[in-house]
Amino acid sequence: MIKALGYFLEIIRGGLITTRHFVTNMWFHTLKVLGLKAKRSGAVTIQYPEQKKDLAARHRSLHRLTRRDDGKPRCVSCLLCVTVCPSECISVEAAEDPDSEIQKVPAKFIIDMSRCCFCGFCVEACPEDAIRMDTGKVEVAEYRRADLSYDLDKLLK
Amino acid sequence: MDFWIVLIKIVCALVWFLLLTLYLTWGERKESAVIQDRIGANRASIFGLRLIGLFQPFADAIKMIFKEDFVPAFANKFLHTLAPFLSFFFVAITICAIPFGDKLNIGGRSINLQILDLDAGLLFVVAMLSLGIYGIILSGWASRNRFALLGGIRGAAQLISYEVALGLSLIGIIIVFPSLSLQSIVRFQGGNLLGFIPRWGVLLQPLGFIVFFFAALAETKRVPFDMPEGESEIIGFFTEYGGLKWGLFMMTDFMEIIIVSSLLTTLFFGGWQVPWLAADGFHWPWGGAWTLPHGFVVLLQLLSFNVKIIFFCWLQILIRWTYPRFRYDQVMDLGWKLLIPLSLLNIVGTGIVMGFLQ
Repeated sequence: MIKALGYFLEIIRGGLITTRHFVTNMWFHTLKVLGLKAKRSGAVTIQYPEQKKDLAARHRSLHRLTRRDDGKPRCVSCLLCVTVCPSECISVEAAEDPDSEIQKVPAKFIIDMSRCCFCGFCVEACPEDAIRMDTGKVEVAEYRRADLSYDLDKLLK
Repeated sequence: MDFWIVLIKIVCALVWFLLLTLYLTWGERKESAVIQDRIGANRASIFGLRLIGLFQPFADAIKMIFKEDFVPAFANKFLHTLAPFLSFFFVAITICAIPFGDKLNIGGRSINLQILDLDAGLLFVVAMLSLGIYGIILSGWASRNRFALLGGIRGAAQLISYEVALGLSLIGIIIVFPSLSLQSIVRFQGGNLLGFIPRWGVLLQPLGFIVFFFAALAETKRVPFDMPEGESEIIGFFTEYGGLKWGLFMMTDFMEIIIVSSLLTTLFFGGWQVPWLAADGFHWPWGGAWTLPHGFVVLLQLLSFNVKIIFFCWLQILIRWTYPRFRYDQVMDLGWKLLIPLSLLNIVGTGIVMGFLQ
């Protein structure tokens, strides 16, 4: 009997906890609707397409290729990123460059975003600092698979 | 003319009932969201106008209407279609016995703000709520699906065991307010105890109120007592339903919440009574009076009824989003071993007290 009473008290306490959540959250919602300053917002929700959460400083987002001072891509087609890529989504085709300092430039540089796992190994491997993952774009979605293979033009943007 | 008045009353009551049901679905989503620190459905919009998701019920309704009306090949087609309409009908019809307010005097007529002042209104409402079980059993049976059938049987077992406690807890009310007509029960709660406390049923029948409240919660078959459905784990009686027929079952649930709230209000919280408000205005217990015009008094009564109902709907939703489901044997234990003895005790105690008072 005493045990049952204990259960009953706990049931009441549980109800009070949800009531407390309801009342405090409603209080903050009301303050917001009235345009008054509130200590916090009534919900922890981030309303995604309108509000976006700030990305962390080291967040790995969509890739980009960096350029030299004269605008040409820094990439020298060493194929280190192609070798290290665990999902084998990078393909690079080299071409000759007249400048003997550079020697090689990429003729094609394609990353298949539908296969990329955003591990960041290509960025680590690159000796020329030619590829980075700091664009801050995380919404990589397309209607067709073909649109997900990013070529040199798209990556240099 | 009388015919038109009755027709207008029926239309008003049904519109009120269905609108409240629709917005209760929205209210439940919002309230659960606020309880869980979320925001809740707020995306449905008309021409970019969102209004905190107030169009959500209509979006849901349109979606449900345009879904395929699917009947499994192995089901009994006629009964499968009949079941949701049965359970919807038996809940929807109970609204005709609920008193919304006192008499409205307009154009030399006195209109009772209740569709039908039945002499046995209380029995009628309880009987119709019980008949709702047929829809559940029938839907389980007509689906020819073993799990749905088990859900239906579970529902029947649960509802029958709570029906007894529900009926017995109301005997005390019938002893105290010697009438079965809901309108006269509400009128009787208009007086004051000791000159200043409103004579509401909850003060005269506290034990009856508790038993009725638990039994009525079980009656609505929602979460602490959702044996028949078991949304997440055990398979419920409407497994083989989809689209509008499933929507009817869901609406029945929400309508039951409203009916239970209005029964709680009518029987235990003075129905449309406002404390110390008589037909001609407020009579304060500390002396003095405010005279109010008749229309204003009726408006206050309607408002009071609605506020009480909305409070009880809020409370039931809060309970639904707080507690986990009872195990099947615990539900049976609570019904047969606790609520029925308590309601019997309540009848005996009420009888003894009323005997001494006379």
